[in-house]
Amino acid sequence: MRYHPLTADDRALMLRSIGVDTVDDLFTDVPAGHLVEGLLDLPKGRSEISVERALSRMAGRNRAAGAGPFFVGAGAYRHHVPASVDHLIQRSEFLTSYTPYQAEISQGTLQVLFEFQTQVARLTGMEVANASMYDGSTATAEAVMMASRLTRRTRAVVSGGLHPQYRDVIDTVATGIEVAALPADPTNAEDIAAAIDDTVACVVVQTPTFYGHLVDLAPIAEAAHAAGALLVAVFTEAVALGAIEPPGALGADIAVGEGQSIGNALNFGGPYVGLFATKKKHVRQMPGRLSGETVDADGKRGYVLTLSTREQHIRRDKATSNICTNSGLCALAFTIHMTLLGEKGLSRLAHLNHARACATADALARVPGVSVLNDTFFNEFTIRVPGEAERVVERLAEWNILGGVPVSRLDPSAPGDLIVVAATEMTTEEDIAEYAEVLGGLK
Amino acid sequence: MSDTFTGNKALEIHEPLIFETGHVATTGVDVEEPAAFESRLGGHARKTPIDLPGLTEPETMRHYVRLSRQNYAIDLGLYPLGSCTMKHNPRLNEKMARLPGFADIHPLQPLSTVPGALELMQELSHWLCAMTGMTAVALSPKAGAHGELAGMMAIRAAIAAKGETRHVVLVPESAHGTNPATAAALGYKVESIKAREDGTVSVEAVKEKLSADVAAIMLTNPNTCGLFEPEVKAIADAVHEAGAYFYGDGANFNAIVGKAKPGDLGVDAMHINLHKTFSTPHGGGGPGSGPVVLSERLAPFAPVPFLRADGTLVERADEAGEGEMPFGRLTAFHGQMGMYVRALAYMMSHGADGLKEASEDAVLAANYLKAQLADVMSVSFPDRPAMHEVLFDESFLKGSGITTLDFAKAMIDEGYHPMTMYFPLVVHGAMLIEPTESESLPSLDLFIATLRDLARSAREGDTARFTEAPRLAPRRRLDETKSARKPVLTYEPPAPYQEAAE
Repeated sequence: MRYHPLTADDRALMLRSIGVDTVDDLFTDVPAGHLVEGLLDLPKGRSEISVERALSRMAGRNRAAGAGPFFVGAGAYRHHVPASVDHLIQRSEFLTSYTPYQAEISQGTLQVLFEFQTQVARLTGMEVANASMYDGSTATAEAVMMASRLTRRTRAVVSGGLHPQYRDVIDTVATGIEVAALPADPTNAEDIAAAIDDTVACVVVQTPTFYGHLVDLAPIAEAAHAAGALLVAVFTEAVALGAIEPPGALGADIAVGEGQSIGNALNFGGPYVGLFATKKKHVRQMPGRLSGETVDADGKRGYVLTLSTREQHIRRDKATSNICTNSGLCALAFTIHMTLLGEKGLSRLAHLNHARACATADALARVPGVSVLNDTFFNEFTIRVPGEAERVVERLAEWNILGGVPVSRLDPSAPGDLIVVAATEMTTEEDIAEYAEVLGGLK
Repeated sequence: MSDTFTGNKALEIHEPLIFETGHVATTGVDVEEPAAFESRLGGHARKTPIDLPGLTEPETMRHYVRLSRQNYAIDLGLYPLGSCTMKHNPRLNEKMARLPGFADIHPLQPLSTVPGALELMQELSHWLCAMTGMTAVALSPKAGAHGELAGMMAIRAAIAAKGETRHVVLVPESAHGTNPATAAALGYKVESIKAREDGTVSVEAVKEKLSADVAAIMLTNPNTCGLFEPEVKAIADAVHEAGAYFYGDGANFNAIVGKAKPGDLGVDAMHINLHKTFSTPHGGGGPGSGPVVLSERLAPFAPVPFLRADGTLVERADEAGEGEMPFGRLTAFHGQMGMYVRALAYMMSHGADGLKEASEDAVLAANYLKAQLADVMSVSFPDRPAMHEVLFDESFLKGSGITTLDFAKAMIDEGYHPMTMYFPLVVHGAMLIEPTESESLPSLDLFIATLRDLARSAREGDTARFTEAPRLAPRRRLDETKSARKPVLTYEPPAPYQEAAE
């Protein structure tokens, strides 16, 4: 086996040194009759070429986003990732290192995380951010549980504009919390402030919403705070924060979101990177790892994992979360891409995304029978189509156009004729024209 | 402190923060300017500046390459972190995960356009079930702790389906912190089970704690003392007898792949850390992937999304059919596809023969270290064979004034990443060493010689070699107390600059 350096002679020598005859003499604690005899009923090992062939065949059966017009978003976005990002994250010292518990030989990762935390805090307009969560959906559920700990209340009001799968994750994971989910809100008509009372721990609002609408968080934050509740602000498209007011400037207490769209590929849903930011005063209830600045024995500036007494490896059943492994390498991709962009690049990128989405919305709105539901949006919006959205999307796919996400695929309670459509800087004018033409021609 | 003008030492180059070198008007990405258009941002357009500095591409390359050189890594040397399984990460796996047909597909594009992705998930599920002897697998958990959550929620759902409520989860004291944290997150009361003198859990100790209020036991096997639990089957039987379930923590699966099947031993649910056993890279702390395999009794409760035997993907709980009772959804989308590809590439490369060889070599290496070090370091549980890791404690340092921490830091100066320290909690000053199957014999021998030399120094009273260590790393020991007392978690410009800006 090409990955195993020990030779037959090495093994024999080692067994002699240990004082046993065979390697199975080391497995004597396995209960009688339970040691696997021979080999598992699985294929034998294969050469690199052979594995590459087999997996390339499987990959070839999928329609890659880049293989034609592509308008799928709804929580994951196809953006351009600069070549240098993927090169740097494959540096052995980043790729093949563990969690930076031994700070003296992990300053690379720790400084990167410190910079990542600073970028996320600034992007969201919050005071502090952690070193990442698994993804936006799990970060949102963790935010709800954190809000419950902070307020000692056990109700969460969830906006009908929240990504339906995020809502499902809160519902599943937030043990002991009663989740009051408002109905699906494709037209941005809900009055969530009216649902807040003094039993509510937090109100969870996404902007841009799952349907693409932009929501003014300020009055919601005000209503939440008046009732002693917290505002958890959610975003699934981090690039939007280059163009719209950040949650921190609008009164959010916890801002969480998906960071995939900066630096990370679509990957069929993972690995992604959850962003989690809050106010300084709440930091001791925050889940996840934190990198903090300190000095070494010679007075040199350095970084360590800090406030670990919140975490499971120290606090066990009293920890703020059970999270251990996070999304380190995806956070690295995020922070490298963000460093390359800087404020200037991010603003321009966001502007271009908005432009492409506006052009797409205008083109689709001109298709007979199709209407755009949004007055406001960033880079995605919702259209109403004649007939069943799922069928329309399938028909478009037959024309090699991936036209968006039928809302009913995620939320059966929502109307069946809605498609969430996204455009990014990757979307070309030709893509838009082709989409409009084919959509108009569907019978 | 430094002999050079710059403070740098040849290849070791100091690198400031991007916030100290970058500028908000600098960018390393050229973005096309669109033609004029009518904005739909309404009144929501950003007014608040972000204050995000940028760097050009060459500056970015240098920044991250210089930082990378301050990290230890598997590709640099032996990384003997017990229970973390820092094995070689084959680059074929990286290449495969980057094929556009895997990396450039969207989780919500029509399923009819991604048959190859579903095929890969089905194939991975088959390998995982065959290796563990289990019935079903929930692929979506994002990491080990997330897998624990999945397995324990399946157990909770199964208990509820029987019309019962149970409030207690048993966790041996040698367990990873994630076990009690997971049980507590689900509202369970955690009761600890003491280990025996020999580092294993006895069926009697478990039986004493079992009652109609116990929902499950969470048991790591091989355990974190590096031992295979000899009474695991009897424990499973007792747990089942009491109407409870057996959650197996699969963190140490690397010792027994191809040697023993958890399903045969009575496990009802077990997460598998693809980032440990199946070598998806640790990436400085993640991402991981923690599929959970389920016994026949728990299979109906698998969360969405799940794959049916016929290869169809069930995405919503309301799509569940006869006999399917998903407990909910743990994450948006379908889990860590990028990790599935890497893990399957690893499995296919090894095959049944290579997987068995990996376990055997890993166990052999750990026992070899144990045999070669037993006379100079204290093996905590010498009487049983070690599995893929071997536990030492600090009794061999007694009277030397040197602690496990000091010993670990001295290893850094010798070019090694320290072993897992102070875990498990069942011995004083634990040193948990896991060499993995990736080390050659000369590499193991040099590591042994180094540890023997350190042990000799400790015996001879050369305490400075330890208490002053590390002396040669990019940093000396860092002040953790200061960082926790007054946390600085984001960059703040120095005060004079702030004043000038205001």
